[in-house]
Amino acid sequence: MNDRRARARAPDASVSGSQILQLTLARVREFTREPEAVFWAVFFPILLTAGLGIAFRTGSGDSLRVAASTPELARALDADRELSVVRLDAAAGRQALRSGKVLLVAEPGAGQAVVYRYDDTNPEARTARMLADRAIQRAAGRIDPVEASEELVREAGSRYVDFLVPGLVGLGIMSNTLWGLGFSIVDSRRRKLIKRLVATPMSRSAYLFSYLLWRMIVLVVEVSVPIGFGVLAFGVPVRGSWAALVFICVLASLSFSALALLIASRARTIEAVSGLMNLAQVPMWILSGVFFSAQRFPEAVQPFIQALPLTAVIDALRAHMLQGATLVQVAPQLGTLAAWLGICFVLALQLFRWR
Amino acid sequence: MAGIGPGPALRIRGLRKAYKDVVAVAGIDLEVAAGECFGLLGPNGAGKTTTIEICEGLTSADAGDVDLLGRRWGADGGWLRQRLGIQLQETQLADKLTVFETVRLFRSFYAQGPHPADVIALVQLEEKRNARVIGLSGGQKQRLALACALVGNPDLLFLDEPTTGLDPQARRQLWDLIQDFRSAGRTILLTTHYMEEAERLCDRVAIMDHGRVIARGTPRELISSLGADHVVEFWSTAASELDLAPLRRLDGVRNAASDDGTIRIQATELHRVLPALLEELRRQEVPLAELRTHSATLEDVFVSLTGRHLRDE
Repeated sequence: MNDRRARARAPDASVSGSQILQLTLARVREFTREPEAVFWAVFFPILLTAGLGIAFRTGSGDSLRVAASTPELARALDADRELSVVRLDAAAGRQALRSGKVLLVAEPGAGQAVVYRYDDTNPEARTARMLADRAIQRAAGRIDPVEASEELVREAGSRYVDFLVPGLVGLGIMSNTLWGLGFSIVDSRRRKLIKRLVATPMSRSAYLFSYLLWRMIVLVVEVSVPIGFGVLAFGVPVRGSWAALVFICVLASLSFSALALLIASRARTIEAVSGLMNLAQVPMWILSGVFFSAQRFPEAVQPFIQALPLTAVIDALRAHMLQGATLVQVAPQLGTLAAWLGICFVLALQLFRWR
Repeated sequence: MAGIGPGPALRIRGLRKAYKDVVAVAGIDLEVAAGECFGLLGPNGAGKTTTIEICEGLTSADAGDVDLLGRRWGADGGWLRQRLGIQLQETQLADKLTVFETVRLFRSFYAQGPHPADVIALVQLEEKRNARVIGLSGGQKQRLALACALVGNPDLLFLDEPTTGLDPQARRQLWDLIQDFRSAGRTILLTTHYMEEAERLCDRVAIMDHGRVIARGTPRELISSLGADHVVEFWSTAASELDLAPLRRLDGVRNAASDDGTIRIQATELHRVLPALLEELRRQEVPLAELRTHSATLEDVFVSLTGRHLRDE
């Protein structure tokens, strides 16, 4: 016992230093030893990209589904190969229309007339209306005065999946960072682990900084998985430089980490922090243009939407990946992210509850 | 009162702390000499944890001074953090880290100290070195917490309820470890509500109740202040009809008190008190349900001072 104590009390400088390294290692270990967390970070983006990419693929085989209530109308519509026609009586046709199985129902009107039944707020239904009318008019003998020929251009970068992948990358960085970091901090506070740590000489900024470093490591997976999958499975383009892509993603991760530190700075319970996380994220899920363009929202709210960090990340990623934008060209978005990073980190340091 | 060395390791003067309308610490003065193991003994809510956390620099005091190793919190905070070892009440360390990873993490915060493996050996957790924290027993977790407190080779060690919630065997194991550190000359301040723990580990104790120190001294001094070496306790269904005055007049009886059917008598000479007591009970026609005697303890000191048991609350 005595020489064990003597050995134990001998100072040893070789293991001191690098608390940042040890804190970051602790973060990484806690993360990788939680299989569910790894699953959500790695496989969820793949599942989401694959599912949505398949659902919204714009292949050449797609034709618009319409219904006709008489054999004559069905024959006329069938002549157009962009339409796929089903024969249904009037009642069944309307039922199919209501349930979205067909986009349009063609019914006979008075005399030689025809009635198109469709939803004019649906762009696909409006297209179906034009195609159906062209087919019926031609079947009745209309001859187009101008002859037209077509040259088809299908370029990677303009499909829905190209639009989607940068949106999912941004969404992934945001939700993984906020949930991962927020839960981890509040759990440590709830267990009084933070209080125990501040009872040591640990540097508080090293503690907070270790969270940012941990997210940098996870970021490699978070970004490379959905982008790699998009490139390999769907041929999504990455037209800007890789260095610029890394820079955008690192800045995005830092900004969301700072936001997460701020959100988790006071909360003592998982329930409280979950509410705050949702409060912060839900507006961005809707407004920031993950699944559809943020330009659809009214002009009046655009300044607000553009100021959201997720909008900035997604806009920068889309400009970079799809249009090959340089960092200079996405400077406004990078500026927005840097502002979020600075303001949130300073506020979080001020507000953080260390016990 | 000045201990070994140049000055006390810890000096508390006029310490006060209130939370909203609850006064947790109502004016405390204490001195802990270097190399001493000092115990704060008292029931839950006595203000022990508030006092120790103010000393640890985790809670601010409303009034009063705390000197640790001749320095104060504030300007010397960084210096003090390097020299204090702290075990909080009920800290839950990170579940998914191993014992070694946890100790190495804490070691990285200190400028000097032993190798993590040596601290793990010291608290006898070598076999669990690569086990995750979540798989440890309560006693093993407490020993790991102790390792984290020792990893900076502290001059002053704070232990807040180090054995609460442990089974007797795990408690004895921890006591042995703490006794080793004490005999190695470390200064220790510990809180406990186990009088047996205080008697066994502490050179001196302060008994706290309602935010005040109501008695202090070595465990032996405090027990002998009762003026009685023994305590006789008995139970009777007719306790309410018992007249205590004749009992108090018996030769060798220092005090007698009734508490909810239990009568406690502090006595010096059992061989003379017991026959007289039985004779008196027979005279008052009070039937005896059960009778026990034990040597006086710090618990009896607390009971005689407050009329309550340490673990009443």
